[in-house]
Amino acid sequence: MIDVKGLTRYYGEKRAISDVTFHVNKGEILGLLGPNAAGKTTTMRILTCYMPPTSGSAKVGGYDIFDESLEIRKITGYLPENPPLYTDMTVDDYLTFVSKIKGVEKKRIKSEVDTVVEKASIGDVRDRIIGKLSKGFKQRVGLAQSLINNPQIVILDEPTVGLDPKQIIEIRQLIKNLKGDHTVILSSHILPEIEQTCERVVIINEGKVVAEDTVENLTNRLRGVQRITLLIEGNEDSIKQALQPISDIQKLDFAAKKDDLIREVVVESEKDIRKDLAKAVVNNGLGLLELSTERFTLEEIFLHLTTKEEVA
Amino acid sequence: MRATLAIFQKEFKSFFYSPIAYVILALFTALTGVFFYLYLSSFVEASFMDTIRAQQYGMAPQKFNVNLMLIRPYFWNIALISLFTLPTITMRLYSEEKRLGTVELLYTTPITPTQIVLGKFLAGVAFYVVLLIPTMFFQSLLFIYGDPEFLPVLSGYIGLFFLGSAFISVGLFISTTTENQIIAAIGGFGLSLLLWVVGWGANFASSTIKSVLGYISIINHFEDFAQGVVDTSHIAYYLLFCFIGLYFSLKMVESVKWRA
Ligand SMILES: Nc1ncnc2c1ncn2[C@@H]1O[C@H](COP(=O)(O)OP(=O)(O)O)[C@@H](O)[C@H]1O
Ligand SMILES: [Mg+2]
Repeated sequence: MIDVKGLTRYYGEKRAISDVTFHVNKGEILGLLGPNAAGKTTTMRILTCYMPPTSGSAKVGGYDIFDESLEIRKITGYLPENPPLYTDMTVDDYLTFVSKIKGVEKKRIKSEVDTVVEKASIGDVRDRIIGKLSKGFKQRVGLAQSLINNPQIVILDEPTVGLDPKQIIEIRQLIKNLKGDHTVILSSHILPEIEQTCERVVIINEGKVVAEDTVENLTNRLRGVQRITLLIEGNEDSIKQALQPISDIQKLDFAAKKDDLIREVVVESEKDIRKDLAKAVVNNGLGLLELSTERFTLEEIFLHLTTKEEVA
Repeated sequence: MRATLAIFQKEFKSFFYSPIAYVILALFTALTGVFFYLYLSSFVEASFMDTIRAQQYGMAPQKFNVNLMLIRPYFWNIALISLFTLPTITMRLYSEEKRLGTVELLYTTPITPTQIVLGKFLAGVAFYVVLLIPTMFFQSLLFIYGDPEFLPVLSGYIGLFFLGSAFISVGLFISTTTENQIIAAIGGFGLSLLLWVVGWGANFASSTIKSVLGYISIINHFEDFAQGVVDTSHIAYYLLFCFIGLYFSLKMVESVKWRA
């Protein structure tokens, strides 16, 4: 749905992003993760045709950002880092205005506004002046604006910044609800946010993409040897026998005996062998009580990626 | 077209969201009202004195021409007040979008820079027309209590309309260059004033420069309108003037876009 190739952007002498390449699949929520000044906003501004890159190219919904910017602007909704709100207007007037400039047909405007008001849960403040709303509500009005005319693609730049925890949870839920109907890019410098809302993540640091993968794979890629702890009902010998055929096991230890029948087994492997382990245990008539993996959190990966070397 | 209309409506309404618009409206009405009163009372006094004098010396009173003595200078007066007032209307036209960050919305929706510029310009002109309405009331008093010629009044308003539009195109252009409204107002006034007085310098220059500067001068083309003459060459001048102002505004809107 979105294909980004080698985007580079200079502000005067300063290079903000360099050779940024990634892609976004239809219907997914992609997280653009990076610390402050990493180049998230710059990347998003290019994809929304707010400004052109210095070099590189991108296709959004199949349209080229240079030659078909108008088409892209028709199918894209954008919530900039600072929500672009006319503070003197009421919420309803604002959304009606945005509908008009987005080319919503006259007779559909009212229902369109109703739809986004509902999606963003701002029904109670429709008649209020935007400038008088709380930060959380302003953000929601901004989100509502980005959803007008049911855009195929929604680009959200740090939508939870500056909100209190309750508001953050609500906004995240609103974003999760977009999945499937819209293709979403969401930027953030907060890891749990990306972990909770996105399937795939592009990590960007100092203007460069340092990783692109599913949240799950990224964690896997980094954890190297994975430790799996199993709680099995059975004696040592039969457990050993059952796990014997799994060749990817590098190390097998029996932890302290819990009681006569239950053993804690610690297995180490480079591959994800959780399924194999479970199958082997069950097929040999043993009882699998627990299986847990020790994994690096995305937080650790993020630190690793942005402070140490790149992932090979 | 619909997008232009949307910008126009939003902009025109938003004048009235802020107290500034009401202050401007009140001030403009007060100033034009005071001047109308002053012109009117001196006119009445002059014709009254003449009537007395005529009676004293047993002569027929001469007929005073209200068009010549009141309406014509009054139009000049409104033009001058407009010079000072319009920059305060145009200052926010584009600067405000930059300050609020709403340019980021405008540039990422299917609306085009031409539609943005045109909608904003027309909103400014519409507000100016609203400003002129009270002066029409003042002048209608003359029609109730006297019988001035109507057509020169009409042509005067046509002239004001074009002159005001020209000022607005200048102000809009300055407004696209900055996010600071004060700078936009001062810049808009400065440039308008310059275009007003440029004809004065003409007296000291050689004849070609003189005629060029004289042609550029925004106010030289107003004279005929105030005198009751609607000359298409002057209309052409003002149309060209607005076109150039809007063209530069458009270029600014487009280039700011690409500069981020
Ligand atoms: N308009 C601008 N002019 C100059 N430098 C800029 C501008 N916008 C961003 N930058 C610089 O580009 C880099 C990337 O910024 P940005 O894309 O805003 O990062 P992020 O959104 O990830 O915080 C930063 O170093 C920032 O200082
Ligand atoms: Mg940013």
